[in-house]
Amino acid sequence: MLPDFLDRECAPLAANVPAGHIGADAAHWREAAEALQADGANLLTLWGADDRDRDGRMRIHAAYLLRDRVIVVEHAMPAAAPVYPALAARFPVAVRMQRAIFDLLGIQADGGDTRPWLRHGGWPERVYPLRRDVGQAQTYPAHETPYPFVRVEGEGVHEVTVGPIHAGTIEPGHFRMSVVGEKVLRLEIRLGYTHRGIAKRFEALALAQGHRLAARICGDSTVAYAWAYCAAYEAIAGTAIPPRAAALRALALERERIANHLGDLGALGNDAGFAFGLTQFSSLKERLLRHNANTFGQRYLFDYVVPGGVAADLPASAPGIMLEEIATLERSVRELRAIYDDHAGLQDRFRGSGRVTPEQARTLGAIGLVGRASGIARDLRADLPWTPYAPLEVAAAACAGGDVAARVEVRFEETLESLRLCRRLLETLPQGAVRTELPPAPPARLGLGLVEGWRGPVLVALEAGANGTIRRCHTHDPSWQNWPLVEYAALDNIVPDFPLINKSFNLSYSGHDG
Amino acid sequence: MNPHAYAFVLQLGEAVLAVALAPLLVGWVAQCRAWLQSRSAPPLLQPYRTLRKLFRKDAALATHASPLFRGAPYVVFGTMTLSAAIIPSVTVDLPLAQVADAIALVGLFATARVFIALAAMDIGTPFGTLGARREMMIGFLAEPALLMVLFNAFLLFGSTALPTVVEGTLRAEGFALHPSLAFAGVAFVMVLLAENARIPIDNPATHLELTMIHEAMLLEYSARHLALMEWASWLKLFNYICIGFTLFAPWGIALHGAEPAPLLLALLALVAKLACAGAVLAVIETVSAKLRLFRAPEFLSAAFLLAVLGLLVHLLLGT
Repeated sequence: MLPDFLDRECAPLAANVPAGHIGADAAHWREAAEALQADGANLLTLWGADDRDRDGRMRIHAAYLLRDRVIVVEHAMPAAAPVYPALAARFPVAVRMQRAIFDLLGIQADGGDTRPWLRHGGWPERVYPLRRDVGQAQTYPAHETPYPFVRVEGEGVHEVTVGPIHAGTIEPGHFRMSVVGEKVLRLEIRLGYTHRGIAKRFEALALAQGHRLAARICGDSTVAYAWAYCAAYEAIAGTAIPPRAAALRALALERERIANHLGDLGALGNDAGFAFGLTQFSSLKERLLRHNANTFGQRYLFDYVVPGGVAADLPASAPGIMLEEIATLERSVRELRAIYDDHAGLQDRFRGSGRVTPEQARTLGAIGLVGRASGIARDLRADLPWTPYAPLEVAAAACAGGDVAARVEVRFEETLESLRLCRRLLETLPQGAVRTELPPAPPARLGLGLVEGWRGPVLVALEAGANGTIRRCHTHDPSWQNWPLVEYAALDNIVPDFPLINKSFNLSYSGHDG
Repeated sequence: MNPHAYAFVLQLGEAVLAVALAPLLVGWVAQCRAWLQSRSAPPLLQPYRTLRKLFRKDAALATHASPLFRGAPYVVFGTMTLSAAIIPSVTVDLPLAQVADAIALVGLFATARVFIALAAMDIGTPFGTLGARREMMIGFLAEPALLMVLFNAFLLFGSTALPTVVEGTLRAEGFALHPSLAFAGVAFVMVLLAENARIPIDNPATHLELTMIHEAMLLEYSARHLALMEWASWLKLFNYICIGFTLFAPWGIALHGAEPAPLLLALLALVAKLACAGAVLAVIETVSAKLRLFRAPEFLSAAFLLAVLGLLVHLLLGT
């Protein structure tokens, strides 16, 4: 049961999914968190805002994902003492978000871990770069900041550290394992090495330019980010995009999902020492990307999604070629799946490694692909279908195993499902325009864009400023939710299995660090 | 020519041949692997280019590196070259092959292993220690299995010297199939994979430090030191395959080194056999995934067990 005030005071929120917005004092903020947690809601994201120029207050927002809608709870605090009740006790995923918000805005949770998260010595301790009185071009000399890792004591316990610089061309992240022999007793991850100050940069851009920055936050999810941004913008402007544009966006999003899943499936085989899988899946992925280049003008579909629609219509011959491509891909993926499933050595590596039980996943608030591999069959495309997903009837993949094998399984399922969706989209492609002009957006209005990217829900919360500027733009990657799960998944596994486990999550660093 | 001088030339020639051919063998295996994975293959001579590149570079050493760290590559490379001289891969008519038997060979491999492991721990990085620890675990399981394999052959021919084994097989009346050798053969291939850092025990192509065994120990090496370490590991693979030939497929090996014709024939036979062995190795590596590290003991125990079964079969059947 949700408390009355949540329904009574809830105002509709401009978004591409059913959403409500509610202002809350500290007591209601706490009460809402308790009730929503008991109701099984997920904390999608937390973001803060410096509104001292407007009403002398600082604000914190929490977006919760319920079964049938999204609720954004907003809590305003006096600028002199911006402290809010911590959510971490109810929602463990909030811990790192709370730390990040403090690093950027100086808005403090009233308890829990207070170590810096995004501040790695790039700016001084008492400077909060996302505040409005800090200039865009402000720089500070870099300095070393000690970071107290949790130490594990005991006979024979030692630490194995990897990163932030790795041997492969992968993003930076620091992994510190406390091990006995080969067994992992504890894993602590430190992120934030790719923090670029995206949120600050947004505030110097016009609403109509923001999608280009959003598309570059996390390269492998560029369609999801650009779409989430454009959805928020279009919701604020109160404009619906043409049906053909919506279908083409969905086509691009599914192709992005397929490309990433193919890449991961190959990499997972390779990390288990089965290089054959890598070459096969890589060639499938490469063909898809080249096809993207021919059809959409971009291998990774950068800047295809633009406010009001998509950048260009398909060439007339494209649907026919794409349908053929889908048939070939489907056949190849099924063949390779049979090879993976029948390979005893590969299955031995996959099964039982890096297990996240459904209980852990629920408690820790896993979302997206990782959640679906641990029995949480939630997929925004099925649960809160935004245009054009409702008539497509997406089947959310589900697998309760929670191990590497389950995450491989979910990737295969989703690849095949996405191929089906692509076929449906192409067969029922509406005619008409692919782009519409957006009217000027009313200032100080909040809009939400929520899109199920290949990792999980990608959220953009956008607040318009005066004269078509961006006042505040918060982007959220599902990796925030799932990184802590990697720490749990590694427990009691052996050190040489960790790269495989980590790859099976394949979470984003840049999307997380922002 | 003085027979002593001639023997010396033969001995030297054999060692030089092994050192020269080892990179070619590795290049061939890499090519086969690439073809089997439907990739375009690197050139056959790529390992030589790698060596040339590494020898031209300036070596970077960690500040705390002890003489052991600097010396280990030379010791390891020397040990592997000496092993190559002992193994009768072209002819049995070698002075060194007569004085050192297969047990000495196992000892030489162990020496190299100890030096690599010590050098890996010398710098004190976690990966070096990690690799050294794993290498010693694999080593202490692989050595007994290798000895058991060797004993199979020794029981048949009554000697621990490899030339005697070769002569025994080649001089046998007709074609004799020894069931015990079939067991030993399978066990030997398993030991070979484990000892040479191949899939399914180790992955020579990985970039994932946490999963490495052999590569983890070499992470701190550069330039000429790295070149010698790599070359030594290729030589080790060459040596292992040649031991396999002496035990299970000695055909072609010249019994006398005095005349050039059988020597030439033996050389051709060796190259042909190496090509086959390399291709088989590539097939094994392509069709299998890497084992979980803690399955390695099971893998090597199975090798040990097979070798012991071979011994029992021999004792029970008497052949």
